[in-house]
Parts: sequence; C-alpha cells; structure tokens
Amino acid sequence: MFINSDSLETIQHSAADTVQAVAQTAEHGEAGGNLFTELLHHLKDSHEIEYPGGHLELPHFPPFEIGGLTIDLSITKHVLFMWLAAAILLLVTIKAAKKNSKSLIPKGIGNLIEVFVQFIRDEVALPNMGKGGLRYLPYLLTTFFFILAMNLLGLIPYGASATGNISVTLSLAVIAFIMIQLSAIKAGGFGNYLKHLTGGVHPMLWPIMIPIEVLGLFTKPFALCIRLYANMTGGHIVIVSMIGLIFLFKSYLIAPASVGFVAAINMLELFVAFLQAYIFTMLTSLFMGLGIKAAEEHHHH
Amino acid sequence: MLEINPGLVVWTTVTFVLLVIVLKKFAWKPILDALEQREEHIRVSIERAEHAKGEAERLLEQHRQQLASAETDAQKIIKESRELAQKLKAEMEETAKKQAHAIVSQAKAEIERDKDAALAQLRGEVADLAILAAGKILNESLDANKHRKLVDDVLKSLPKN
Repeated sequence: MFINSDSLETIQHSAADTVQAVAQTAEHGEAGGNLFTELLHHLKDSHEIEYPGGHLELPHFPPFEIGGLTIDLSITKHVLFMWLAAAILLLVTIKAAKKNSKSLIPKGIGNLIEVFVQFIRDEVALPNMGKGGLRYLPYLLTTFFFILAMNLLGLIPYGASATGNISVTLSLAVIAFIMIQLSAIKAGGFGNYLKHLTGGVHPMLWPIMIPIEVLGLFTKPFALCIRLYANMTGGHIVIVSMIGLIFLFKSYLIAPASVGFVAAINMLELFVAFLQAYIFTMLTSLFMGLGIKAAEEHHHH
Repeated sequence: MLEINPGLVVWTTVTFVLLVIVLKKFAWKPILDALEQREEHIRVSIERAEHAKGEAERLLEQHRQQLASAETDAQKIIKESRELAQKLKAEMEETAKKQAHAIVSQAKAEIERDKDAALAQLRGEVADLAILAAGKILNESLDANKHRKLVDDVLKSLPKN
C-alpha cells in the first residue's frame, strides 16, 4: 500500500545519502578505528544538520541550571526535525479539517487523515476505553500522528528520526504516564485511585503490595519509551551497518548486495514507522482504559 | 546513546503540549465533527431509505390487492352482464314469440271474419240470384221475403265451408 515508485526513489536517495555519510565517516575515522562506533555517531543528535553538499551549524544557547539540572535549550538536529514534523502535521491536518468541514464527501488529504482518525477512534479508543474515553481522543490522535510524522522524517534523505532519541520518547512516555494517572483519577476519584494501589488485599500486605503497584505504574510507560526508541534506532543501525559493510570490506563488489538489503530494510522501516506509532497509541489507550474500567467497576460495587 | 538531554525533554514536552492544544481546536474537533456529521447523515439516509422501501412495498401490496379486486370486479361485472343479456334475450324472444302469436291469431281472426263476411255476402248474393233465377223460372213474382227465408234455411243447412 505505501510502497510506490516514489518511495522506492526515496529509498534509493536515502541509501545514496547514507553511503556518502558513511564514506565521510570512514575518511574521518582512523584506519584502525572502530568503524561501527563511528557509524553510530550518525544516529546521534547533533548541533548541525547536513544537506546535499554541506552542513549547517544550528544555534547554540548557553545552558542554565535549575535545581542542579543543567538544561541546554540549543536547537539540535532532533529538535529541528521534531518541529518539522509538528509543522507538517499542523499543515496537513488543518487542511484536512477544512476540507472535511466544507463537504460531506471526503476527498484527497481529508480522506487520508480521516481514515487514521476513524481508525484511532473506532479501533483504538472505543474498544479500550469505551465511550467515556472519547474525551482523550485529541491526545491519542496527536500522539499517533506526531510519532508517525517524526518516524517518517527519518526515512527521507538527510532526515532524522526524533523518535530515535531516548529523550524524545521519554518525554512522550512521561506525558502518557500523566495521562494514564489523570484518566484513572478522573474516572473514579482520587480516593479510588489510591485504593487501587493497595491491590485490594489485607492491610497487612500493603507494605509489599503498594511498592509493587507503584512500580507497575512506572514500568508501563517505561516500556513505551524504550520500545519506540529501540525500534526506531534499531532500524537505522541495521541500515547504517549494511552500508558499513562496503567500507569494512573495502570493496565496491559488496555494494549491490548492501544497497539491495538497505532498500528492503527501508521498506520494512516504512511499515515499522506506522506500526510503532500505532503501538504507542494503542498501549497508551489500553493502559488508560484499564484505569478507567477499574474505577468504573468501583462505582458499580 | 542512552544519556538524557533535559533540553530536548523540555522542547519535546512543550512542542507536544502546544501541538495537542492547537490540533484539538483546529484539526481534531472539525475532523471528528465532520466524521460524526457524516455518520449521522448516513444513518438518517439509511433510515429514510428503509422507511421509503417499506412505504413502497406497502403501496405495491395495496396496488396488487386493488388490481386483484378490480380483476374480480371485472369478472363479476362481465358475468352479470352476460346473465342479464341472456335474460334479456330470453325475454325478448318470449315477447317476440307472443307478439308473433298475437299477430298471427289476430290475422287468423281477421281472415276468419273476412271469410265469414265474404261467405255471408256470397250467400246473400247466391240467395238473391237463386230467388231471381227461381222467379224467372216460375215466371211469377214470389214474395221476396218469404222465399228469402226459405233459401236462407237451405243455405244454413249447408255445411259451413
């Protein structure tokens, strides 16, 4: 469905771009240096962006300290691509909204966006959270589309996935954590929320139960954070490694095989970009739904 | 690669929160509203179509019944007309027969009467002629009245035809 001649071309460009990047790395790196470590450097956040034929230094801001934490608000590559994703998202979805509001018959971009919106509403939010969960739909939709846009930006030439950075996925997971707790508290009240942390066991067991339940609260978003980060980084590492083989063997004969594999992996990456955005959204909605349903059961008793 | 950059965390959180606020107002709400509106429209349209279908079926059934009853009515009317015609025909035949009979009997009576009159006249003539002839034969004048009575008596004794 998503693979057409355009994306194939993109993949080829992407591969060519990666070859150039790797070649640069190989030149910079010492002959005996660790090629793989050098390659991984390309996946890291940086203070410059590359474009065909050069690179651009991004603005540096002096870091400041709050409560012993050094915060550097410099615009890095990942910040820039995150903003690019946000800008594309704003443009596309607002255009879709205007188009759909005008006519009852959805067409073009309005139809495309609506397919995903309806999917998130009917297949993610409603089954997991019920009708009461529809109020969190804007949050879930934004999560899905934002992650998807960031994932896809990593697939275009000279692009980067902000979701391949653990700071970004951590932030998204923290927001998910807050939303999960908030929705549970809103559905059943703060008292019920605290009562649930005891697991409904005898007070004697509370010292054991409460830490376990609290730990459980944190493991779910933590898994969200690591899953998204690892999936997005993993794909890129595979691609870079495939290209790296050419330089490792110092032979152009390896190139056709490497590029072929990279093209295949890129198509897989395209699928993974959608899949991971869906999984993050689905699991967040599932965890929110668990809290909401538990609170509603309390109401019924 | 696993070190956390607090600056990036701040930027992500700010970007995401702003994105939720802006998209909620300008994208998700209009898209979801349009979606619900369309679903409502489709639901109403289907309901209306369902209703119209029921109505059409009802009308069709009604028409079918009307057609069937019209057919029965027509058959009945044809049958009645046929019977009426039959009856009329019989009556007319009867009347015609009666009239014919009447005319025939009337004609017969008239003929009878004419015949009687003719016979009477003939008898008169014959009597007169006879008397005249007898007078001439006898060469004497007889009392006409006396002899007439005589001749009449003779004629009466004759068979009618």
